[in-house]
Amino acid sequence: MTQPLNTASSGPSRTGSRIVADPDDISRALRRLAHQVVENVKDVTNLVILGIPTRGVPLAQRLAKNIGEIEGVAVPVGSLDVTLFRDDLRMRPSKALEQTLIPDVGFDDKIVILVDDVLFSGRTIRAALDALNEYGRPAVVQLAVLVDRGHRELPIRADYVGKNLPTSLSENVSVHLSEIDSIDQVVIHSANASTEGTA
Amino acid sequence: MSLNSYLIVGSRPYGEQVCDIRITNGLISEIGSGLEPGDHQVVKAHDLISLPSFVDLHTHLREPGREDAETIASGSRAATLGGFSAVFAMANTTPVADTAGVVEQVWRIGRETGLVDVFPIGAVSVGLHGEALAELGAMAASAAKVTVFSDDGNCVSDPLLMRRALEYVKTFDGVIAQHAQDPRLTQGAQMNEGELSGILGLTGWPAVAEEAIIARDVLLTSHVDSRLHVCHVSTSGSVAIIRWAKEMGIRVTAEVTPHHLLLTEDLVSSFDPVYKVNPPLRSRADTLALREALADGTLDIVATDHAPHPHESKDCEWDSAAFGMLGLETALGVVVAAMAETPGWSWRTLSERMSTVPAKIGRALNHGRPLAVGEPAHIVLVNPQKTREVVPSQLASLSGNTPYAGMTLPVSVTDVFFNGVHQVRGGELHE
Amino acid sequence: MKHLISVQDLSRTDTLHILDTARELDRVTNGGIKLLPTLRGRTVVNLFYEDSTRTRLSFERAAKRLSADVVTVSAKGSSLSKGESLKDTALTLNAMGADMIVVRHPSPGAAHRLAHAGWLDSRVLNAGDGKHEHPTQALADALTIRARLRPEAVDFDGLTIGIVGDVLHSRVARSNIFLLASLGANVVVIGPPTLLPVRIENWPCTVSYSLDAALPELDVIMMLRVQQERMNGTFFPSELEYSRSFGLNRSRAAALPTHAIVMHPGPMNRGVEITAEVADGTRSVITEQVANGLKVRMAIMYLLIGGDVSVA
Repeated sequence: MTQPLNTASSGPSRTGSRIVADPDDISRALRRLAHQVVENVKDVTNLVILGIPTRGVPLAQRLAKNIGEIEGVAVPVGSLDVTLFRDDLRMRPSKALEQTLIPDVGFDDKIVILVDDVLFSGRTIRAALDALNEYGRPAVVQLAVLVDRGHRELPIRADYVGKNLPTSLSENVSVHLSEIDSIDQVVIHSANASTEGTA
Repeated sequence: MSLNSYLIVGSRPYGEQVCDIRITNGLISEIGSGLEPGDHQVVKAHDLISLPSFVDLHTHLREPGREDAETIASGSRAATLGGFSAVFAMANTTPVADTAGVVEQVWRIGRETGLVDVFPIGAVSVGLHGEALAELGAMAASAAKVTVFSDDGNCVSDPLLMRRALEYVKTFDGVIAQHAQDPRLTQGAQMNEGELSGILGLTGWPAVAEEAIIARDVLLTSHVDSRLHVCHVSTSGSVAIIRWAKEMGIRVTAEVTPHHLLLTEDLVSSFDPVYKVNPPLRSRADTLALREALADGTLDIVATDHAPHPHESKDCEWDSAAFGMLGLETALGVVVAAMAETPGWSWRTLSERMSTVPAKIGRALNHGRPLAVGEPAHIVLVNPQKTREVVPSQLASLSGNTPYAGMTLPVSVTDVFFNGVHQVRGGELHE
Repeated sequence: MKHLISVQDLSRTDTLHILDTARELDRVTNGGIKLLPTLRGRTVVNLFYEDSTRTRLSFERAAKRLSADVVTVSAKGSSLSKGESLKDTALTLNAMGADMIVVRHPSPGAAHRLAHAGWLDSRVLNAGDGKHEHPTQALADALTIRARLRPEAVDFDGLTIGIVGDVLHSRVARSNIFLLASLGANVVVIGPPTLLPVRIENWPCTVSYSLDAALPELDVIMMLRVQQERMNGTFFPSELEYSRSFGLNRSRAAALPTHAIVMHPGPMNRGVEITAEVADGTRSVITEQVANGLKVRMAIMYLLIGGDVSVA
């Protein structure tokens, strides 16, 4: 179902960093994901899209907008902070909670699509599934990510992938989105480069 | 070489002119420059300051009763290491030193220890209860020859009892050392009352609780023409009252502790009970007023209020902790640290406040004498350049409740001669 | 933040971080989640040297909702009432591997001592230490005020908050004065001088002896409990005279601006500092304070022991 993006644009490479997707790449990927969702999910009116903060939230909004434009309906969007459900909380200092906004329609018997920026170990998604389970009982849960960088630690896979990005464990992948970072791009940093907002 | 005959070479008495001091048979036998040692042991004291040993008018030795906190012997060791030749032991022991029997016991154990002269202070009232006069005359007439009486720890708050005590001690030239603390104004009090006590939620101890008693007592003293000594003055208001009383010719003397000269109430923010003391640490302004008053003589003496407590009495929450801090071994360093910048302060003044005058108030005739030929050889040598870090576990006191732990004091006591015996050498006690 | 002992240890950023976390927890729990797995495997000990069912229950519920193991040690019927020292109790709890000690103690500074005397490694949360502080109550009150009067704003600039009554003996008042002032509120302390600490004029608040004069300016009025033991005539002449001067009744409530809210940290002496009519009236947010107490305590527990506790 997934189709890789075109080869990474060779953007200006700073020390140890390279840009692997530019604004056009990201926007094309999201349009493609929207079409895939529409094709895959027969009843779009039964859909709820939940972004996982921080950068999953604007991605979810963009995805919902794209789907809405294709189908001519408003798709309910929310956000689901999974921090309190993580199994790796003990590995770093407590972090600030981000917003959880459940759409008014709820998601009992709905098709819920979780949206995140980067799929890596899979632990975030496991926490998200636990959280969802506490809130209600969706009919189906699917996962959409902008980047899948591999190195899964749990048996979790994405249903919709914007870009498969083979990486080494010593690298970091950052997704920048204009809503938060004032620019759309995906960057790979090698371990010893200075990084900001990496996943 | 003959035992206990020494020639102290090169020290500066009172920090003034360099000279040599010869000690023979417990007395100062010669003072001059370029003295020949002869058969006297030479003690090299170049760059050291020589002073008459100190006299502490206010010490808690805890024996009898709380020998886990301090004994007369351990307190004597602490005293000599601090440069003292005489300490006045407060009466709030168990049993209370309110009879000739108890004061003679304290005096006798002090003599047997033999490191300093221990002068017992007698209680003013039976059991320190503030109700009936203790046997002041019997204590004065005992072998201990008590001249100083105090209910310290408690205030003689009943004005009538205070009046009677002041009158009664006139018969034997005694003095009442008052712990000035109005009990009603200090019910449950934990620290100086001010902005900080309110913020910390600790019950305040107002300055007026001390000042009101001092004002009353100087007027009573004037009225009956007796002799009053005010213990541990801690506020600027108390200083003003004492200054006024002295101007009026009232026979009042007063002491200040080293800790009230140096430490301030903001330390209480740590809630560490090592800073819990009676009277409480006060404000910076009070501290400055006390320093000025000590320099100009309004406050006559420094007294340590050395108050040892076992570890568990301080290793607890503030409310439950005991009042008091150690003082003997750190007194000199703390006084120098506090007073160094105060105008009018000199080694000569320090000697007056820590030796001459306290001995006079307590009628300890053999102490606080000048460094002069024919005088008893109670001499302390001070290294004004050698700093000293305070480490509780290294103190001679059985207790460790010093608020100066980790602090570096500017000077050190290096040698002490007691009755001509060179018992502290290089800061170490040789018994 | 390793411990929470005093609101004065909190920067404005810390405070807002706690309030934001509490607001998110509120959203999550209102969304239907009653049990979060966040503190699974952590042990929270409630060490209560004073009886306070309300506060104890609030801390217990906060810890349980985060899936912590909760042990409550209360004064009655335990070694605490048999004179075991605070230190010995601390050593025992440390040996048991408590991750957090929630302590209520009659002695000011007891929580500070537990945290800093070197007796234990646990995080310490002050649930009220004598007359000193009760930081979680003040944070709950700030959360309540924010939700009611400043839902969108970051801070409390322009809000005037009256705290009325026995400030001298109140840890709630101390924590509130410093916390609310740090958020930008204009705090007015109102009461008879016998119940105000000396030099309170140097605190970040203004002082008034007249409740009636202050009422029209107040956006928030917080009534403090008058302890029974203060009513013996040494702090004020009589209960009646107190409530006549400083009690909040219907006519005084009517003098408040229409948007003003009425708060009380509880437990109330109905008829003394506040009448039942006002306490149960539409301006009263007293039950919200209780609910917000739970959220704030959950937030602090998460922030103190949710992550890696080996870092400060």
